[in-house]
Amino acid sequence: MNRWEEGIARLAAGATLLSLWGEVGRVHIAVLEGDAISHVVRDCPDGRYPALGARFPQAIRLERAARDLYGLDPIGLPDRRPWLDHGRAPNAYPFLPVEGEGLHQIPVGPVHAGIIEPGHFRFTCDGETVVRLEARLGYVHRGVERLMAGADLDFAAKLAGRISGDSTVAYAIAFAQAIEAALDAAPPRRALWLRAIMAEIERLANHFGDIGAICNDGGFPLMQAHCAILRERVLRAAESCFGHRLMMDCVVPGGVKSDLDLDKIKIFTAMISEIRERFPALVTLYDLTASLQDRTNGTGGLRADLARGFGAGGVIGRASGRDFDARRSPGYEPYEAAAFTVPVRTEGDVNARVWIRIEEVEQSLGLLTQWLETLPGGGIAVDLPRSTGEGIALVEGFRGDIFLWLAVAGGKIRHCHARDPSWFHWPLLEAAVEGNIIADFPLCNKSFNGSYAGHDL
Amino acid sequence: MVLVLLAAPLLTGFVRKVKARLQRRRGASLIQPYRDLRRLLGKEAVIAENASWLFRTAPYLIFALTWVAASMVPTFAGGLMFSWTGDLIVIIALLGAARFLLALAGLDIGTGFGGIGASREMMIASLAEPAMLMIVVTLALIAGSTELATIAGYLETGAAGLRISLALALVAFAIVALAENGRLPVDNPATHLELTMVHEAMVLEYSARHLAMLELAASLKLLLTISMIVAIFFPFGMAGGGDGLIDIAACARGGLVWGGKLAAAGALLGGFETAIAKMRVFRIPGLLGIALMLGLLGTLLLYISQGL
Repeated sequence: MNRWEEGIARLAAGATLLSLWGEVGRVHIAVLEGDAISHVVRDCPDGRYPALGARFPQAIRLERAARDLYGLDPIGLPDRRPWLDHGRAPNAYPFLPVEGEGLHQIPVGPVHAGIIEPGHFRFTCDGETVVRLEARLGYVHRGVERLMAGADLDFAAKLAGRISGDSTVAYAIAFAQAIEAALDAAPPRRALWLRAIMAEIERLANHFGDIGAICNDGGFPLMQAHCAILRERVLRAAESCFGHRLMMDCVVPGGVKSDLDLDKIKIFTAMISEIRERFPALVTLYDLTASLQDRTNGTGGLRADLARGFGAGGVIGRASGRDFDARRSPGYEPYEAAAFTVPVRTEGDVNARVWIRIEEVEQSLGLLTQWLETLPGGGIAVDLPRSTGEGIALVEGFRGDIFLWLAVAGGKIRHCHARDPSWFHWPLLEAAVEGNIIADFPLCNKSFNGSYAGHDL
Repeated sequence: MVLVLLAAPLLTGFVRKVKARLQRRRGASLIQPYRDLRRLLGKEAVIAENASWLFRTAPYLIFALTWVAASMVPTFAGGLMFSWTGDLIVIIALLGAARFLLALAGLDIGTGFGGIGASREMMIASLAEPAMLMIVVTLALIAGSTELATIAGYLETGAAGLRISLALALVAFAIVALAENGRLPVDNPATHLELTMVHEAMVLEYSARHLAMLELAASLKLLLTISMIVAIFFPFGMAGGGDGLIDIAACARGGLVWGGKLAAAGALLGGFETAIAKMRVFRIPGLLGIALMLGLLGTLLLYISQGL
């Protein structure tokens, strides 16, 4: 048995597929088993390889994307349609056929009535009930992998921070970790702590935004108004301490860009105590508003076996009983020494996803308090050697685990692949919406909050 | 009649302002709806390729029907120009006709959202209208007439006293009013989510002057419904009339009281909408069923108490 087959055997035995990606003439897979990530490469000089998608449905879209981007043909893939490359099926993308009496189709997007990212959703409905939802994505494809190839580290780091703007810190950390692994460099401890502080601040801001947005889509804008205030408070603290509201480009390979002095730590401590004071009232408001609970309870249920099979990361997986958090396992500094719990629920509905977010806000506040008190001294960045290597990183962003692999040679990126957690969330959303009424789709969609840009690359 | 037309956008602006303030936002100016109307009137109308004449004429008809209905509701004075021509049932019929046209227009262009909106609207209408008729029957039995001005005049005299039937009718009327005007929890007037819309989904394809007509009609309808509620259930302070002579001072006083009542009702509506989330589409029949039952109960109680 060669290593490729070993990797597939691991998947069959229940390991999680982290990603599948291509290069010209080569296909890669990364598999997570317990704490260990195994990365397997298969050379395919004729551009063909046996598809995983027939046995592992979570690989189908990744394989379709790899075929569009690198011409690698997965033999035996059940779904032969293009995915990211819209040029190959310009007008008539063949949606999956749905047959039955009284069914009708409703196309939504890619341009929506609100200001959101573009994506097309094709609903097939029986009256108000959704029989099937099929998404078509790829409208924000920017050619990130192609831009990365041959880029120097500074530019590549900036690019990585823009793959999905709302998790810029998580992506920057993933990129930096992968570079440091490839070049065998160790950033100073203070830099690791500062990175984690930024990551938790990003999580706070996004979770506040999500909790508010979900309630708003349930027709309860009051919650959004209050959450928006908290989010703004967090972003302003980030701006005054790190110089950028979203902390874009604050994490660089080798360390971080800006340091925290005592005054800035005080700004964060004040922010944390303000949130601690105001957030519980909002949680009570959410919990006690019967009309809102009526919307979120039991809506958009995601089955636990699907969440496990697809390796759904982050809030989505944890709301459906998948007890996984990349911060804890495989884990990275400084989370290993920190005290925090990973909330898990089993209901899998919109309400569970809201509660996971609420509980994660509390955990993030706890982590921030610990780290701001015990911030180690020392420098905040090291110079990186100009050597050659490959590196892997698995970093928990606010959506879930971001996987990033890169190969670097002579101070330039040879190839870089980043897999957003949304790759596995989008197909699960289609499953979760099935059987719900179409008017509940916005609620389900917002509770998943998949990234379009991170997925479309 | 013109006054009603002028006041309608102000009420809409006021309700929006109240909601914004309750959400700790500053909110758009009170006269923003007027500005929106002016902006829409100045724009070029974009019409779907496969739209028929119905699509183009419906907004004007809807507006006209709503305006006529509004002119039959006594606002601050009892004797109105048109109040002799129609009674409550005519008002309901006019609004029903306007709704029917809107649903047809929504279906006309054949887009998915228009269809969804129209089917939901008809579902709501088929439940709201019987409830409304039950309320009318209750009122007619109490006041001995289906004419609004007469009902208001009779109730103002206090001859009816405090009646349980009236209270039931008020609650039922409030529910129906929320459904009729596409307010929360039945429909969300502020949503941008295509899939959850009812009223907005039907007018999604409209632009420019057509949209202006529909928006004005929606504002008028809100004003009309609130005026109806205050005229029937809180008729105090209305200028008399009916004898053809118009007392200027009484009219001015009546106007002020009416404005105050509208503002109070608008504030209540804003507060209610802030405190509640939108209902699931399939729960709406339950809500309207309550309205229907309350109306029925009101009528039954009347029969029992009057020993008919």
